[in-house]
Amino acid sequence: MTTLLTVVAFGTAFWLVVVGAYGILRSDDLVHAVVSLSVAQSGTYILLLAVGYQRDATIPILGAGGAGSTPIVDPVVQAMTLTDVVVSATVTALLLALTVQIAKRHGTVDPDALRELRG
Amino acid sequence: MSPVLLLVALLGVAVAGGVVALTRDPEKQAVTLSAFGLLLGVTFVLFDAPDVALSQLAIGAAIVPLLVMLTVRTVRRRQR
Amino acid sequence: MSPRVRLVLFLLGAAGFLTTGVLAVLGAPPVGTDVHPYRDAAVAGALAHATANVVSTVNYDQRALDTLGEETILLASVTAAVALLRPADDERVDVPPPDVVRSRSPATRLAGWLLLPATLLVGLDVVLHGHLTPGGGFQGGVVLATAVHLLYLAGSFAALERLRPRRWAPVAEPVGALGFVGLGVAGSVAGVGFLGGVLPFGTLGDPLSSPTVILLNVAVGIGVGFGLVVLVAQFLRQEVLVR
Repeated sequence: MTTLLTVVAFGTAFWLVVVGAYGILRSDDLVHAVVSLSVAQSGTYILLLAVGYQRDATIPILGAGGAGSTPIVDPVVQAMTLTDVVVSATVTALLLALTVQIAKRHGTVDPDALRELRG
Repeated sequence: MSPVLLLVALLGVAVAGGVVALTRDPEKQAVTLSAFGLLLGVTFVLFDAPDVALSQLAIGAAIVPLLVMLTVRTVRRRQR
Repeated sequence: MSPRVRLVLFLLGAAGFLTTGVLAVLGAPPVGTDVHPYRDAAVAGALAHATANVVSTVNYDQRALDTLGEETILLASVTAAVALLRPADDERVDVPPPDVVRSRSPATRLAGWLLLPATLLVGLDVVLHGHLTPGGGFQGGVVLATAVHLLYLAGSFAALERLRPRRWAPVAEPVGALGFVGLGVAGSVAGVGFLGGVLPFGTLGDPLSSPTVILLNVAVGIGVGFGLVVLVAQFLRQEVLVR
């Protein structure tokens, strides 16, 4: 079971990064590229949480009595993932704003068409 | 939390992520992205990470797909 | 670069990435292991400073400096996105369209109005109890920003434009970041180090325990909440008003 979980969790993390990158490669629309990038980024969330996971442990909240007998999962990687989620959303928003500007300036958001425009 | 559920959720995330990246039309992508964000949130709960799940559900399943949808509509109007 | 060359480059890169990934995983402990040295250190720190939510103690106490960095990235991204989305000289900004209230079904409007106060309360609760239960400034700020936009569901774009604090929201966002820095400097002045807790930690599980974490949560909640409100507002305006 542990081996299976290791393979599936890390496999999912790497798969998301690779398939997100492939989406960017095949993209004919910058909005599509930005969304694909956010899929690739999700791979890092799964990777971090998989590293900190412990079977039969509980959520990282301590009871009033302090650390009980049940262990908790690793809170450090969760703290990293948590800020990662919020910050990546604002970076995605920034990229989408850039896309809107490009559409206004050039009338297209196809990366290949944009390269031709520049000559 | 049961590892079997976690396994199923992870496989679901892998499939959904693939669907999002391989959906060509960005407008449809906004919808699949929202479903993907929701699945990620559920997976985080199964990873015993309620803090992360909370921000993922609000951000990944609601706000980012909304921004994508609004961008697609603005961009479509601009295209010649 | 032709699509074929691009694909070959991608396949090479992906193969390299996966190879190093597999090698890394082979040397790492399996998923679900009970060996977590960072966890043990973080729990000891949380107990010493009486913060029940260990994730919050990492974000706002043990590694608060990193969170200041995140807050800065957030501020910079939002500022840049808003600057990019300003209407250009050759664009015209329409007056807000007349209320679309009539085009929404009464059930949708009722749901919007009922959800609005409930979501605001949940958001505040999530921010203020981030030291005890899952939540904190990041998550609560997001919930609060979502709450404000339920107005769009409930009423109309015009109502949203009127009620949304557009004039002072862009000012309030940096206030969150400044509050964070201010709390940090207070620690330096008090001699406990930048972002060290100045106030007494209290007892674990008490609503007013770890007050510095609560205050930092509020600062981040303000930054994230108003940042997202400004962001979504700009995208909505771009779609609805700018021609």
